[in-house]
Amino acid sequence: MLNDLLNKDRIMLNIVCENWEDAIKTGTKILLNDNCITKNYEEAIINNFKSLGPYMVIAPGIVLAHARPENGVKKLSMSLITLKNPINFGSELNDPVKLIITLAAIDSKTHLEALSQLINLLMNTNDLNIIINAKSKEEVLNIINKYSIT
Amino acid sequence: MKILVCCGNGLGSSFMLEMNVNKVLKELNLKAEVEHSDLASAKAIKADIYIATKDLANQMISLDGYVIILNSIINLNEIKEKLIDAFKKLDIDF
Repeated sequence: MLNDLLNKDRIMLNIVCENWEDAIKTGTKILLNDNCITKNYEEAIINNFKSLGPYMVIAPGIVLAHARPENGVKKLSMSLITLKNPINFGSELNDPVKLIITLAAIDSKTHLEALSQLINLLMNTNDLNIIINAKSKEEVLNIINKYSIT
Repeated sequence: MKILVCCGNGLGSSFMLEMNVNKVLKELNLKAEVEHSDLASAKAIKADIYIATKDLANQMISLDGYVIILNSIINLNEIKEKLIDAFKKLDIDF
């Protein structure tokens, strides 16, 4: 399930970004190009950060970027990017950010299985570090596959 | 006992946190009804304990119940410590 969503076309590694908005847009662009979301969804995520604060920095170094289905999701999808240079999102405890996972959910249920597989992955420090430091997509996909068994 | 886990949208981080709260409850051998919601809906849902992350802390103070503020949603030890603390203060046996 997780590997259906996070396949090689949805992963970009060691990206150089200027600031947090730029980093969010890099993640949403992958989904935008694949026609999974509208431009409005990207704006909704950025507005969420501005209005609600950096709560989407869910753990040290990790952002789960998302807005609501009605903000412009066409298809359940996810993307994963790692940043070459860590970026501050304004989170006192969890900055700087190195990994951004963008989630586009179509409702409040369909994505939950993949999301639970993802959190199991993020909670394994070794596997998380392999992803954060990965030089190739294969390294990332190997880890993702490990958590995609249902 | 009811625990409500809140996040800004109610479908990403709060679900992840709900999973971890359930893990901790299981470990402590405690039964509780755990739900997740977005901040706006949280105000209309009655719960004994509300849980959110630090960034949303100041939006949680108007809630009528015990509020737990977490630094990380994937740190099981932190969740466990703060839940135990809440149970003690609420006089719940565990």
